[in-house]
Amino acid sequence: MSHEAALHNHEGHESHGHDDHGHHEHHDTFLTKYVFSQDHKMIAKQFLITGMVWAVLGGLMSVLFRLQLGYPDSSFPWLESLLGKWAKGGQITPAAYYALVTTHGTVLVFFVLTAGLSGTFANFLIPLQIGARDMASPFMNMLSYWFFFTASMVMLSSLFVETGPFSGGWTAYPPLSALHDASPGSKTGMDLWLISMALFVVSSLLGGLNYIATILNMRTKGMTMTRLPLTIWALFFTAVLGVLSFPVLLSGLILLIFDRNFGTSFYLSDIFVNGVGALSNEGGSAILYQHLFWFLGHPEVYIILLPALGMVSEIISVNSRKPIFGYMAMLGSLFSIAILAFLVWAHHMFVTGLNPFLGSVFVLLTLLIAIPSGIKVFNWLTTLWRGNIRFTPGMLFAIGFVSLFISGGLTGIWLGNAALDIYLHDSYFVVAHFHIVMGVASMFGMFAGVYHWYPKMYGRYLNNSLGYLHFWITFAGAYLIFWPMHYQGLAGMPRRYFDFSIWESFKQFADLNRFISTVAMIVFATQLLFLINFFYSIFKGRKVTVLNPWEANTLEWTTPIRPGHGNWPGEIPEVHRWPYDYGKDGHDFIPQNTPVGEDETGTH
Amino acid sequence: MSLILSVAIIVFIFVVIFQIAKASEYVSILKGEEASRQQNNKINGFLMVAFLVLGFVGIYVCNKIYYGKTQLAQGAASVQGEKVDEMLFITLIVTGIVFVITQFLLFWFAYKYQEDKNRKIFFFTHSTKLELLWTAIPAIALTILVVFGLRNWFFFTSEAPKNALVVEVTGKQFGWIFRYPGKDAVFGKKYYKNIDPATNSVGIVWDDTYSKDDILTEQTMYVVKGTPIKLILGSRDVIHDVGLTHFRLKMDAVPGIPTTMWFTPLYTTKEMREKTGNPNFSYEISCDQMCGNGHYSMKGIIEVVDQEEYDMWMAKQKPQYFTAFPEKDPTAVPVAAADTTAKATTAKM
Repeated sequence: MSHEAALHNHEGHESHGHDDHGHHEHHDTFLTKYVFSQDHKMIAKQFLITGMVWAVLGGLMSVLFRLQLGYPDSSFPWLESLLGKWAKGGQITPAAYYALVTTHGTVLVFFVLTAGLSGTFANFLIPLQIGARDMASPFMNMLSYWFFFTASMVMLSSLFVETGPFSGGWTAYPPLSALHDASPGSKTGMDLWLISMALFVVSSLLGGLNYIATILNMRTKGMTMTRLPLTIWALFFTAVLGVLSFPVLLSGLILLIFDRNFGTSFYLSDIFVNGVGALSNEGGSAILYQHLFWFLGHPEVYIILLPALGMVSEIISVNSRKPIFGYMAMLGSLFSIAILAFLVWAHHMFVTGLNPFLGSVFVLLTLLIAIPSGIKVFNWLTTLWRGNIRFTPGMLFAIGFVSLFISGGLTGIWLGNAALDIYLHDSYFVVAHFHIVMGVASMFGMFAGVYHWYPKMYGRYLNNSLGYLHFWITFAGAYLIFWPMHYQGLAGMPRRYFDFSIWESFKQFADLNRFISTVAMIVFATQLLFLINFFYSIFKGRKVTVLNPWEANTLEWTTPIRPGHGNWPGEIPEVHRWPYDYGKDGHDFIPQNTPVGEDETGTH
Repeated sequence: MSLILSVAIIVFIFVVIFQIAKASEYVSILKGEEASRQQNNKINGFLMVAFLVLGFVGIYVCNKIYYGKTQLAQGAASVQGEKVDEMLFITLIVTGIVFVITQFLLFWFAYKYQEDKNRKIFFFTHSTKLELLWTAIPAIALTILVVFGLRNWFFFTSEAPKNALVVEVTGKQFGWIFRYPGKDAVFGKKYYKNIDPATNSVGIVWDDTYSKDDILTEQTMYVVKGTPIKLILGSRDVIHDVGLTHFRLKMDAVPGIPTTMWFTPLYTTKEMREKTGNPNFSYEISCDQMCGNGHYSMKGIIEVVDQEEYDMWMAKQKPQYFTAFPEKDPTAVPVAAADTTAKATTAKM
């Protein structure tokens, strides 16, 4: 039914815009086609490009604060021209350093790896891979983007406030974040941060509800739940996690807004601020915020990771020319990761004075996650085994993802064990762990997705050689940056330190810090190369001339090379099989819409 | 100037790379898609093994250079810390084995099974036996780690022994305040509204008789080697964290909610100086919870000394009560009295 509706809607559009912009392919005005578009593919591109802008800004911020960490004694006059009073004499001030660290974290976690990753690929792939003309509610989908855009603008504006953007870390723990006088960054900058995050939660809920509704209701004929590509399953669990956990964050943030501005004491108690004196707040709990925050915060890690897990499964299978090994086990592990994601949040709080017994329960549940994660890794390895691998740039990034997922996942076993966390907590070991497993790995999933689906997005290929160069430098660079950080962590070096020179225990890594900063700059420059490739190829890339360039089974490759709004010009294809019939009965690949042959061996 | 130059160089490098990449794309079109894909496969397949080999070499080199600079090389300085180190090694071995095997297989398979026109893939969709195997093995390994971990965890978080030396630690932006209970071994009550940065930095309630002998110090805390030390942590403003790298412990200092930790130091500061060969060594307290712009400079020192030296140090400390109310200080009375008599005499004269 809803397919029909979308189709009618689409036709309605055509007749509407006919008179003034007849020469456009879809008879839309510029505004409805590129700006306030309701086409899921365009919205996906909007999410992607906004995400990319934020990735560049967030990456640039990391380069700036790495400059401080790597070259604490040098002064860079151009920094002063760029940052003004925040880099007096060419050296970043502590206030600027903390603002950069905080914004880097917030932006990359939420704007790039949540909106940029699942916003892009859920929008792009869900209708195309399940065989739907658009999302359940294209209008809500459009709203989801524009809420994200507004959130972006508010966050961006906070960078230009006189007292600076928020600077208390992306987790925004009160009382630091609640008290205007505790830090300059906790003044107007924090209000803007909160508004931006609240808008972002709305965006993410609108998107998530839409993804769930679409996946559950709008699958084409024959597309049973167990015939869905793993990408869709991953995006489905991602959306469920978001819908169930983001409201908790929002409630936490609202209480924080009340504490900041309306004199309540949800998080505040027994506080004496230097220069201000004793506050009247009593009876609140600063730890309550951490529970509310991490109840989102931990599922958030999987919101970031799951889409990458799904896309990597798909891309590895396609490019190994071999079915994904253990589809049901992959599904089961996604499901158990999604459940466990809600039951482990307090492992971020082992050293807050948490009841030790409660801590032990969270140790157990946290380490349980290693089991489904292990299943995924072994299944990917078995998928590669005796395959026939094509190293497309997308496949390289997928393999890189698996490597990083292993490396970063294993250190999770260290940190999830409270008795080790009590030493490693908030050290560079943690920085290394989550950057590898959540930051870089998910970024690799995103790159894999972009390289793999770029032909479908723009009808052109990205330049292959640049893709290879991009992969190898980024991959080697990621390890060079984050591997040695484990050693810094094992020296107890705390994260979020502006300068280590006054510390007898931590100052022995000056040369290593310089090395890491240098590699970080090279890796950042390489990402610019990717950007050039991306935008150049939109207009000048090699044209896609075949419907199915990767010879893949999923439905998106049955659409025209440049699908219009509505995706399939005629009937939506019917699905007869699972998406992983590669190398079956001597056929290299059998698309999902191919009817089951008479003499075919067991079908899925 | 140098900025413009370096930007120009970077742009130049970009342009060159970009032109080469564009040219290689034309070449691959001329060669045909099949042929160029096979060539790319060969190169990337080789790079996979190269990465594997170089990666392991890199890990070896990295370990060689930096292991000596970690705390593990130095050894832990508390009973608890030694257990943490022991567990670190157990965990390292377990995860290390998994790491080597899986990374090796990943890159080896990628190399070995790169596209070959003659290969027929093995249509292998699932195997319950295999899947159960790699559910069970990690489960067993994890059980071992959890058992070790929780045994230590419950030890670390257990009640401190009765004979423990108790010190109250209060964090503030950006420094540490230490309070000793004095001769009566009981802390006087405190209330945050009594805080006066000059004379009463933690807000002691002076009406409480237990408070009269409480001793306050800042920056440096003295404790005794071999004696369990119990710290009662709190904060005056935002959340801080008492990070004790050498003792391998840390715990948040939260405003309004007291937390505790305890440990038994094994070496005095002097012994550690000899052990590490670093004459500047000291047990540093690092704040490990983002607490504002001075977070990175929030340092405290723990002086671990033997009992004798501790007693000598303690004898020199004056209860804070007398700093707050100098007129009540019995040791100061003669001076004060002398003063008043002197004044009185001058007045008379």
